[in-house]
Parts: sequence; C-alpha cells; structure tokens
Amino acid sequence: MTVFDRLDALFPPDRVITDPVRLRTYECDGLTYHRATPMVVVLPETTEEIAAVVRVCAEFGVPFVARGSGTGLSGGALPRSDGVLIVTSRMRRILSIDLDQRRAVVEPGVTNLAITEAVRDRGYYYAPDPSSQQICSIGGNVAENSGGAHCLKYGFTVNHVLALEIVTPEGEIIEISEDDFGYDLLGAFVGSEGTLGIATKITVRLMRAPESVTTLLAAFQTIEAGGQAVSAIIGAGIMPAAIEMMDALAIEAAEAAVACGYPAAAGAVLIVELDGPSSEVEAQLAEVIAICVGTGSFEQRVAASADERAKIWKGRKSAFAAVGRISPAYIVQDGVVPRTSLGEVLAGIDALQDEFGIRVANVFHAGDGNLHPLVLFDDTAPGEGERAEIVSGRILDLCILHGGSITGEHGVGVDKARYMPRMFTDDDLDTMQLLRCAFDPGGRSNPGKVFPTPRLCGEVPRVHKGSPGEIF
Amino acid sequence: MLGHTGVMIRDGGPLDAVGGVTPRWVAQPESVEEIAVVMGACADGGLAVTPAGGRTKLGWAAPPERVDVLLDLSSMHDVLEHVAGDLVVRVQAGIPVTRLAEVLAKAGQALALDVPFPDATIGGTLAAPSPGPRAFRYGNARDLLIGVTVVLADGTIARAGGKVVKNVAGYDLGKLFTGSYGTLGVIAEATFRLHPIPADRRWLSFECEGWEDAGDLLRSQLEPSAVEIDHPAEGLSTVAALFEGPAAEQRALAARELFEGGDVHTEAPAWWGQPPGSPLHSLRCRVAPSVPDGISVRGSLATGVYLASGSTDLDAWRSALPDHARLVGLSGDLTGDRWGPIPSLPLMRRVKERFDPERRMSPGRLAGGL
Repeated sequence: MTVFDRLDALFPPDRVITDPVRLRTYECDGLTYHRATPMVVVLPETTEEIAAVVRVCAEFGVPFVARGSGTGLSGGALPRSDGVLIVTSRMRRILSIDLDQRRAVVEPGVTNLAITEAVRDRGYYYAPDPSSQQICSIGGNVAENSGGAHCLKYGFTVNHVLALEIVTPEGEIIEISEDDFGYDLLGAFVGSEGTLGIATKITVRLMRAPESVTTLLAAFQTIEAGGQAVSAIIGAGIMPAAIEMMDALAIEAAEAAVACGYPAAAGAVLIVELDGPSSEVEAQLAEVIAICVGTGSFEQRVAASADERAKIWKGRKSAFAAVGRISPAYIVQDGVVPRTSLGEVLAGIDALQDEFGIRVANVFHAGDGNLHPLVLFDDTAPGEGERAEIVSGRILDLCILHGGSITGEHGVGVDKARYMPRMFTDDDLDTMQLLRCAFDPGGRSNPGKVFPTPRLCGEVPRVHKGSPGEIF
Repeated sequence: MLGHTGVMIRDGGPLDAVGGVTPRWVAQPESVEEIAVVMGACADGGLAVTPAGGRTKLGWAAPPERVDVLLDLSSMHDVLEHVAGDLVVRVQAGIPVTRLAEVLAKAGQALALDVPFPDATIGGTLAAPSPGPRAFRYGNARDLLIGVTVVLADGTIARAGGKVVKNVAGYDLGKLFTGSYGTLGVIAEATFRLHPIPADRRWLSFECEGWEDAGDLLRSQLEPSAVEIDHPAEGLSTVAALFEGPAAEQRALAARELFEGGDVHTEAPAWWGQPPGSPLHSLRCRVAPSVPDGISVRGSLATGVYLASGSTDLDAWRSALPDHARLVGLSGDLTGDRWGPIPSLPLMRRVKERFDPERRMSPGRLAGGL
C-alpha cells in the first residue's frame, strides 16, 4: 500500500489530483517566486475526510500542507514535493448564523467577504478585511491571523474567532474555544500558519454595522507632514477605523492603473476612516480635518456617499497591483515599526533607495505602523533582483532596529523564516517549538514554514540555565 | 544562603499558603534574570514553584499538589517603557494594576481592563484572568497583550510578540500563558496596547425583575462599551450600560428611549465590575441562564460571561444550563465537579508535558491535574 492507494480509497477520482499538469495549478500561493509541485492534491469536503487524510500522512510519515484560496503573501501554503496538499476550496458552507448572539459558524473554504455578504442586509458584518477579502478563505485568515485596513480599531482575526474545530497533526478532531478554562489554545492556534493543524469549523464574531462611516482623503506636500498628522490624530485620543498612507510613487502607480484622481502634486495622501454612532463621528471628523490642516494638508476631501468612499479606497486597494504598471517586478514587504518611529524608518528607506539604486513605493497602514514597502526592480536587468532582495532585507532590519516586527499581517511563511533569528533568540524559538511539539510531535504539519531549521521534537532542548544547587 | 545571587529568600509561613498549601520558601526576585536563577536552582533541586503577584487569586482554581517555593513577584513593579505616542506600555509582571493605571492616566491613557482587586498585579491578571465589563468593547487581557517575557521551569528566558500592536511573527506565547495559572512557567514582563481615556462616560441603569434581555440595545447602533447585569439572590436586578466618547450623554439618552426608562449617571453603579461574593463561580452562557435559589450573578449581557456567587451543587446547576454553557468553580467550598467539560483538555495536557515535563510549575492547579 502506498499513500496514493490509501487516498484513492478515501476519495472519488475527481478529488485526488496526481496529474502533473493539474498539480501545477497549486505550485505556489500569492508569493509566486517560491514554487514546488505537490506530490498529490486532495479536495476534502468534510472534517472527517481531512482527519482521514492527516491520519494517512501520519501513518506514512508524509508531510501535509493546507491551502485555502492560495492568496497568502508569505508562501505559507507553498506545497511540499514530498507531501500532500489539502485544499479546502470545496468546504464553502456557512453552517449557522445567529444574529442574537452575533456569531456564525463557517467551513474553512468560505471566503472572508462571503461572511459579511451573508449578514450585511441585516446590518451586520465580519470585521477583519484583508485586501484579498473577495477571494481569501477564512481558514487561511485563521492560519495567518489576517488583518486588514480596519484592524487599527477592530483588531485582527484572533480577536474575532470565538471557537475552532481543528484536525490535529495526529488526525484527531478537537474543539478549542474561548470558553475553555485554562490555556488560551485558541489564541495560540490562530496565526500559527498551519503548523499546529487544520481548522475545519470556524466560529466568528459578527458585529453590528456602525451607524455612520466617514472617509477623508487629505493631501500633503511630504510624507513627513502626513506622518505628523497621524501622530496628532492618535495623540488627540481619536481611534479611527483606519488610517492609510501612500507616498508619491505609490500615488503615481495607482493613478496610472485606476485613475483614482488623488490631488495632483501630492507628496503623500492620507486616508482616514471614522465610524461609529453619527454623533461621535461628526465630532471626530471636524477634529481630524483641523489636525490635517494644522500639519500642512493642502487639500481635504470628505466622501459624501458610499460611491465616493469607494473611489477614495480604490486607489489604495489597487496599489499593489498598480505598481506592476510602473515596474516589471516588485517585492512586497510587511514590516511594522512603532508609530513614533515612522519618520526615521521612512528616511532610512529613502537612504537605501539612493544607496542601491532601487525604487521603493510606500503604501502603509500608518495608524499601526505596518509598512508595505513595494521594492521595485527589473527582473531582466542583471543584478537588480539581488539588489532588491538586499534592500528588502535591510528594510526588515530597520524595522527590528526600531523595535518592530518583520511581519504585521502577511505571516512568516517560507519567505521570512530566515529573518526570525534576527527578531528572536534561540531560546525564544526553542520555546515556541515546545508548543509545536505538543501539537505536532512528528513535524508533519506544514514543515519548513515560520521557523528556520527547527529542532526535532525528540532532541534534548537544553541544560539548566541557573547556577546549580547553591541557593537553598 | 543567597549571597552570590542577591535573590531575597525567606521561609514560607501560613500567610504564604496557596489554596491551603504552605510553601517551604518564598523567593522574591527583582529581575527576569533573578527569576531565571531561582528557577534553575529549583530545577536542580526538583522543587515545585508557584508564582504569585498580589495574591488576590491564589485561592482560585484547584490548590497545587505541592509548593516548595512561592515565587513572589511583588518586587518587580516597574513600568519599563511607556511610549505615549505609540499607545504601548511594557511593565514588570509584579506591578499592581492600580499603580499602572495611575502612571498611564498622566498621559490620558489606560489599559482597558476592569480588574476588581486593588492589589492585583499584571502577571496575576494574565495568569488568572477575570472577566470585566468593557471586555465587550476592548477584549480581554489576551486581546490587549502584545508581548511577553516568560521564564520556564528550567530557567529558560523566552520572549514572544513585541512592542508593536500588529505583529504575526512567531507563536503567540503570551496568549498561551493567559489563563495558565502558573502551570506553564512564570510571566515576568508584559507589553500591552493602550487606549486613550474617553472624553466622556455615561452609565444608563434601570431595575428589572428576573433576567433582562439587552437585545434591543445590542441590535442598536449606539455602541455601548459594556452592558452588565447585577442579578442578586433576592430582590430586583439592575441592568447598566456604559457609553464612552464625546457624545456619551446623547447616546445614553437615546438608549433610555429603547428601554423606555432608566437613569443616566456619570459614575458607575457600586456593583459594576465587582465579583458578587464568595464562593465564586465562572459562568459562560449565551442565553438567559437558569439561576438556582440563593445564587447571585453579575456580568455581561453582551458577552455572556459572568461571575456567580453562593453555595450550590455545580453538577446540578450545570445540568440545568444549555449544552454550550460552561460553569467552573473558582473559589470557596464546592459541591460537585469543579471544572465541567473542557473539550481541549487533551491538547492542554500535551502542552503542559512539553513546557513542564517534571510537573513542578503549580502542579494540579487546573483541570486534569495540569
């Protein structure tokens, strides 16, 4: 018996893919420069089928990788050529919606936006809103602890998931919930990038839609002035739903791609969205406009309708794709810095551009210091890709130097595993491995992601750190 | 005995008891490194350790099987870093929550947690969280925690998270340790996201008979920060809702229309966020719970998380509650099973085995002898 025999026995032929041409569909996720052809792809339709596949993997010592819609930007769903890829795209049922208790139970393949669409007409929504929300799956969101533009006020996936049914790497089906007295396994599982098992049912929080939403576009001569406005807004005790910033190069790209019509000659634009009870929003909008004017904004536009709001967001949301118009290739980074260090870090990125002759477009969630520098390069020009890689790594170093993080919402995946030792000590990483080994002693669940060369679970971790026996 | 380390050690006494178990020694470290030295020595000696902060909840959950060393973190009470512009604070775990609040208030900021025990420390609030009214809006301790330093049973110092709110690098050990009751290791330092103190606050409160459904308010767009009920063992219940922001009064008045009555106050009701008494039980129930005679219940109609008080047979009460509900005996004399069902217990057990294979960290404090 081989793994293939066992999978053939579990699934009808159309749900086990071994044809090399069809396998290529799955060779990468949204981070397309890491590719691997999976040994086999399965398309389960139930929790029990996922558990059965995982148990087959355990029996044969074969690794497995879960994949939702494949929109991730860190290679978290990169397959293993020696492993099984478990694709949840057929698990798209919304199992229950309870508006009185403001929660829904969904299967992992349900798209992020589908949850909101199911309850929007009744005045509710699911808060985390990654840019890919039209296609990304909620299972992927759980794995990556996805954020989005509005997480400044509302938090991340982990703050909106109330319970999970998971298949452990041993193939058991276990429910973990915020109601469990003891360790917060739910909080530890969300964001573990598929290394602790596969979420098969997800209970999410639904929120009442705010009474009022107002979106302001403010244009500044310089990115520094925009940054001062951000600090002043937060300093005034205002918590907008979102604060986004784009620099001149990003504006140029968005203009070329979608003609978003942002003010001409702007060195930076700020998008500030306020939501809540109308009475609160009105008071805050006046204050935010005054702050922007006070910090040098030369033009402010307030969206008067949902259409106008969508128009303001269009430029921002299209920015990643839009840089394709002005550059043959680019690397998206996801570093985070403390808000108060934004100015210094942006100046540092400027210096890197000059030093390496590489252009960087800055699009970022300014409210929470989450930078998305787009490092532009021409992949046909000799050496330029390598220089872009160096700039990209140096930007992460800048983030770490200022007390930030190498990733705010895209995840570590395969892409940034090598940077983890710059942010964490060996002891930090070994301690994280204890959690990994508790869930996945065989190291079969999405191996090679998050951690650089993890220790095997059987290895003796370390010697005692204290001085022996002299204290008592 | 401690000359070379500088760690303060004394003999334990009855006042140091953890759930009735008296430690042999009390160690009072003043730094993360000193914690590591003590933990390393305890590892060599096979000694069991229970961390303690303000000692407000040492009687909660089950008593430990044994305690050789009470690790008293009350000397680690400093704010290490407060960057107001980032709305972030890093503290030592032994800092009392009230003292931290004083420091933050000077900058117009707060850690948005309601902690009813004046002596409670940050470490204890993470290790043994108690529900608070504003969790509905701001989340619980685990939602506000963005970074942590822990010391493991073998003396290893490990950090996770960081000092930025948005950060998905590595496992979130801070969340794992939240609710761990000292059974995985020692929480030594913690970093939190903060919130600005709201410009204004109003409480709308009204009395009612029995249990009240706050559905109309929760379906409204008035965005209360909390909706609490005080359901005493005898007499009328009170429901109170908190509104925060420049237009708090306006919203509280609008909410009064919804309930067709009630009074608007600038101060919280006296019972707001306070545990209802002793013995204390944790109740999670998303619909109106059946409440046995002689039991008082306080907590959030918005999240379904309550504290209950009074003598009762936990098994009998549990059987009268809906299947999804959870009832746990926190403190005091108990009749019946303390824990009730915990579906993820098998996974918790495996985590315990990895983090504390020798079972020296507060062994037995949690369900299943964790």
